[in-house]
Amino acid sequence: MASGFWGGYALPTAIVVGEVIAVVVPLLIAIAYFTYAERKVLAFSQLRKGPNVVGPFGLLQPIADGVKLFLKETVVPSGANRIVFVAAPMVTFTLALVAWAVIPFDYGIVIANINVGILYLFAISSLSVYGIIMAGWASNSRYAFLGALRSAAQMVSYEVSIGFVLVTVLLCAGSLNLTDIVMAQQHIWFCIPLLPMFVIFFVSGLAETNRAPFDLPEGESELVAGYFVEYSAMTFALFFLGEYGNMILVSAMTTILFLGGWLAPFGVVPFTWVPGPVWLALKVAFVCFCFLWVRATFPRFRYDQLMRLGWKVFLPFSLLWLVLTAGVLTGMGWVPVR
Amino acid sequence: MIIQTIMFYAFSAVAVASGVMVVSARNPVHSVLFLILAFFNAAGLFVLMGAEFLAMILVIVYVGAVAVLFLFVVMMLDVDFARLRSGFLRYLPIGALIGFILLAELILIFGSWELAPSVATAKAAPMLVGGISLTNTRALGDLIYTRYIFAFQTAGVILLVAMIGAIVLTLRHRVGTRRQSIAAQLARTRAQSVEVVKVRVGEPVDGV
Repeated sequence: MASGFWGGYALPTAIVVGEVIAVVVPLLIAIAYFTYAERKVLAFSQLRKGPNVVGPFGLLQPIADGVKLFLKETVVPSGANRIVFVAAPMVTFTLALVAWAVIPFDYGIVIANINVGILYLFAISSLSVYGIIMAGWASNSRYAFLGALRSAAQMVSYEVSIGFVLVTVLLCAGSLNLTDIVMAQQHIWFCIPLLPMFVIFFVSGLAETNRAPFDLPEGESELVAGYFVEYSAMTFALFFLGEYGNMILVSAMTTILFLGGWLAPFGVVPFTWVPGPVWLALKVAFVCFCFLWVRATFPRFRYDQLMRLGWKVFLPFSLLWLVLTAGVLTGMGWVPVR
Repeated sequence: MIIQTIMFYAFSAVAVASGVMVVSARNPVHSVLFLILAFFNAAGLFVLMGAEFLAMILVIVYVGAVAVLFLFVVMMLDVDFARLRSGFLRYLPIGALIGFILLAELILIFGSWELAPSVATAKAAPMLVGGISLTNTRALGDLIYTRYIFAFQTAGVILLVAMIGAIVLTLRHRVGTRRQSIAAQLARTRAQSVEVVKVRVGEPVDGV
């Protein structure tokens, strides 16, 4: 069957393209409505109504925003480095999308079930700093540059503790493959035995996506808007979409690593009737809601407090917990063997 | 196999081209960005060879950490590259000589490369250790943590020493900087910080 040009190359290519579209289109819709959800959740937590004019309950608001941004003019500031300036939002947006290639939506429903899935996710999330730093430098503006520097330092710092959290999880799962990691949580979700690591991962995820209370790179009261001050129209929209895409991605990572991915909360009948992707979507939506909840609740950190938290609290603690986990697993003979 | 071959030549061509651009680009930031592109293509070549773990580590360590700091430094420095470039022709012979020596050494090494007999079987089936099919990561872990454990530990100790050395060289306590002392802040009592004063109209307050 798989021979010749059509069977050997054209058909697999068409299947992959179809899979990519099947993931990216719902993802883009999710990103659009995540911006709507953010405005609504923030509004309700501040006893306001939020967007409610465009469409029923304001449901068409993200589409109106998208059309508006699409129709505006893209301004490249004079003195900006043109190529890098235009490339930066593309890098951000592309990186936010490519990570979804390895996210498993159910057992076997994944575009690329690679053996080093968790490392791939880590690599992609460590690359997302480039879009920001390129944007800050190419804009040739002091505010943008300061925002980019802050962001780079922040993301590099929090990546270290994220790395230790990932190592702890894969010690317990015994595999770097995301499907195997979810299947290892059939008996108990990792958020229970590894609760401190779960909290560290969530907080580091906030810092990694430059969200409140760690949104110093954007810090509108001091840096106007940080690294994307000079961006307008679609270039700005790509940053915006990339940022929200990253947030959903970090939520999906949290779900897969700690909340049992597509698994039902209890392996009994009424819960197992609901299909896996729905559980995954519900859990991701919950973690996303926590992102918004945190934004509505906490004031912004000072920059030195942010660095202290990353290097002097999270890093030693996650290192200690990693050694502890490894010790307990070895001592009790619980090391997973595949 | 055709696709693999095409991808191999594409990755190699882009890697070599971006390597050339690293040394020839006028703007130092562009040089670093081309360096990152070269890293990426090297990672692509690793994936083609089936070494996905090495590919990911290359991206995480070199692109995600080392090159970010590179870019950081290069962006902050205000280097006058026209002046730096003026001595290019003067240093060209030495640079070419060093490059030539390196090339000759590489050719010599690869010409006389011989595998140890115990490893030769592993090379034929790299994923087969003890008759069990292993993933790439597992095979690498097995090798590093059993056969080469002492070399691995030595490398780790050397890196640790280098790291401590770097910290010792750059750590300095400047006098006159104000630091937040959280312990001191929390240890303050009400008596030390707040004083309730009755203020009479038209009279100065003593001791405040």
